[in-house]
Amino acid sequence: MQYILLIYFLFALGIFILPGWLKKHVGVILALVQTLFFVYFFSKIPEATNGHGIVTVIHWIPQIGLNLEFLLNGLSLVFALLITGIGTLVFLYASAYMKSYEGTDKFYFQLFLFGGAMLGLVLSANLIQLFVFWELTSYLSFLLISFFNKKELARKAAFQSLIITAFGGLLLLTGVLLLGSIVDSYSVTDWLEGAQSIKSSEFYLPGLLLILAGAFTKSAQFPFHFWLPGAMQAPTPVSAYLHSATMVKAGVFLLALLNPVLGGTIEWTYIITLVGVTTMFLGAYFSITQTDLKAILAYTTISSLGILVLLIGIDTTLSIKAAMLFLFVHAFYKAALFMVAGFIDKKTGTRELSKLGGLYKHMPITFIISILALLSMAGLPPTLGFLGKELIYEAKIQSPGIASLVLILGVAGNTLMVAVSMYFMFKVFLGKQGDYPKQPNEKGYLYLLGPGVLTLLSLLLGLSPAVLGDVLVEPALSSIRKEFIDVELQLWHGFNDVFLLSLLTIVLGMTIFVIALYKKQFLIKWRSINNRIFIIEFTNIFNQLLDGFLNFSERNTKRLQHGYHRFYILTVIVFASALLWFEVYVTRNWVLETQFSLTPLYISGLVAIITCSTIYAAIARSRIATIISMGVTGYGISLIYLYYSAVDLAITQILVETLVVVMFVLVLQRLPLFETLSSKLTRVRDLIISLTFGSVMTVLALKALNVEFNHSISDMMVKNSFVKAHGKNVVNVILVDFRALDTLGEVTVLIIAAMGVFVLLKTKKT
Amino acid sequence: MNSVILQLASPYVRSLLVFFSLIALLRGHNYPGGGFIGGLLTALAIVFYSFALDWRQVQKKLKVKPETYIALGLAFVLSSFLPSLFQSEVLMKGVWVSIPMGILGKLELGSPLLFDTGVFMGVIGVTLLFFFTLAYRK
Repeated sequence: MQYILLIYFLFALGIFILPGWLKKHVGVILALVQTLFFVYFFSKIPEATNGHGIVTVIHWIPQIGLNLEFLLNGLSLVFALLITGIGTLVFLYASAYMKSYEGTDKFYFQLFLFGGAMLGLVLSANLIQLFVFWELTSYLSFLLISFFNKKELARKAAFQSLIITAFGGLLLLTGVLLLGSIVDSYSVTDWLEGAQSIKSSEFYLPGLLLILAGAFTKSAQFPFHFWLPGAMQAPTPVSAYLHSATMVKAGVFLLALLNPVLGGTIEWTYIITLVGVTTMFLGAYFSITQTDLKAILAYTTISSLGILVLLIGIDTTLSIKAAMLFLFVHAFYKAALFMVAGFIDKKTGTRELSKLGGLYKHMPITFIISILALLSMAGLPPTLGFLGKELIYEAKIQSPGIASLVLILGVAGNTLMVAVSMYFMFKVFLGKQGDYPKQPNEKGYLYLLGPGVLTLLSLLLGLSPAVLGDVLVEPALSSIRKEFIDVELQLWHGFNDVFLLSLLTIVLGMTIFVIALYKKQFLIKWRSINNRIFIIEFTNIFNQLLDGFLNFSERNTKRLQHGYHRFYILTVIVFASALLWFEVYVTRNWVLETQFSLTPLYISGLVAIITCSTIYAAIARSRIATIISMGVTGYGISLIYLYYSAVDLAITQILVETLVVVMFVLVLQRLPLFETLSSKLTRVRDLIISLTFGSVMTVLALKALNVEFNHSISDMMVKNSFVKAHGKNVVNVILVDFRALDTLGEVTVLIIAAMGVFVLLKTKKT
Repeated sequence: MNSVILQLASPYVRSLLVFFSLIALLRGHNYPGGGFIGGLLTALAIVFYSFALDWRQVQKKLKVKPETYIALGLAFVLSSFLPSLFQSEVLMKGVWVSIPMGILGKLELGSPLLFDTGVFMGVIGVTLLFFFTLAYRK
């Protein structure tokens, strides 16, 4: 399995080096690769659904318990098949859709890499590893949304989605670390074994909330749902792949994966159910008043994600079964609808409902495909959607706790879905001829291949659902429930409560649709009511919060990073001397070594010269004099080194001193003439500060004489220098062998400093 | 600078300094010297030469640019890790080979020399980059 991921990443990089004649067909090639993986995963069905699935563990950093763990079981298989299968269709679609745009290499690279990252996510059985892939998908989603990065809207939407999903990702990581600390492992298998201790731990609730925050942000749950409609700025293949079929379901996957570990508690059921049911209803509620095709689909996607989350929250065998089935239902019809919407946009030049209409004459095949997909969305027979909806109703009726609320909002949500589907179909395809910017035609079979296959599947599986039930839903359910559960799906359930609910839904939905169609004022009024009730625009709140945060940090940064070099130095020195004086005071019980002697006399003379030149450097009225006297100080110090037989140090000091003097002279050319601008008070302040610092350094130097050094390290180095490191010069051996890592760090710092100097001096001021 | 003596002497002084810097680099493991000192010496030689002549001309005449020196330095430093890697030893452990040289005794070569050469080049590059950026405006 790990090799598949590797191939993904290699192929993604390979896109850039493809020769020109192959590059034209890159979409098709990548689709073929995806097909191969789809076939691979398909062939693994018997093996993966048997018992615990296929487990691969690669020891990565076993010292800290970090392994690469891959798991292919019923649950991850469902997702893997969706990712590769829909991936194939999306890439075929993209090869037609993206033809007219610039920068498609980058696009295919990101989209294909996303496929790999998403696959990595669902195959991960280690939560840290899962987090890495999780963030990778967030980041690629950001890049893909901002594909049209010349549009401000696209940039803003991309940024918004990145902040929300990446923030959620960080919360998820925190939650994983918190809960992982209970069982001391991040492997899902260990979590399963320690499920009881996790649930009874005091960290359970905070950990659960953090992980849920991650899942909810990713899966666009209320109140984080608003990034998903914004994400529709992405090219349509991206919307179909990431923002309806795969990435937004990562949250659902995580909930399903952790259900056996964290589920079964009151907190789990109530929090997830409430969030899911709210999202389900609001998504459907907002979708009907949208006028942009993709916006309608985005809000219905939010609603469907709400359903999935809700079903996992209800946490009965029936509801999980419904969730697994609905996963397929939704992926099939929503990806198809997105592709159709993109096709219509391409051919007519608009996505506005008001400009569309009567398209069935121009695009008959599209019309048929759309009818089937919309039937599935509305949950009408004979499509898979009907079956999904029936199961969902059944699960809702049996949901423990807040069944009545769930059921009422569920019926309301589905009613709206029916109305939206009908409205969508009528406004786009039927009715009178629209006012299109372009004359539509139906050329381009690649556009219709994807939606066609998906809707056909939806229809066929709707008629014979047992195939899907036995092969995929059953193992997925069994791997979530950790026991074998027999799944039998059939289209016709008989005349029962659920069927009555369905009838009610359809009748109500039709009523709303008819009213909306014939009373033009109806939807407009609805919209204005919406505006009045929901004054709170989530996007606006988000932007205001972000702006406020940016302002806040800008003000703080300006206070600290004021740009005055002298004050930076002042701050550093004042703090350093305060801390050092404090330390000196704390450890004050030492006796000053008083045995100072003046012999040898030339050393005393050297010290005198150093002192004089230092004082002169401070009071000199010319810069060049200051620099030269500082040079004298430096050379003097190097002579002292030499006297104490630190030859290497002395040579280095001499060379550095020479270079520094030359460098200062060069800098001098750039400075204005020497003038006294500071007030007397400032200079007195500076004098006090420098004297304080100087005196503390003196005290420290004196104190250093009293410190007992631990000789074992230096002895070890002297002893081993020649024997083990083949060098007689201990200083050098330390630099290049014993402490080579430090030297590497120093060289790196030097290089970074050089780059800083280069950039600062070479950049022209604008 | 318009000193004729300096201008005439500078090529010789430069070559001499570079020669000594190489010696400093090579003997560094056993006697005072090493990559850092050698690098500073070479840089000093080029700085001195540029001072006597003209910064811009010297910079143009330089066969290896400071940036390249830096890159080479990092490459050498990193390449010094490879021998230990290939021997499946702890990373950065010094690996030595002994080459017999007849009456001259034997030549001991080790990966720390590669490391030191990397430091040598890095220091040359960084110092020259400092100087050439500082030396003239615009």
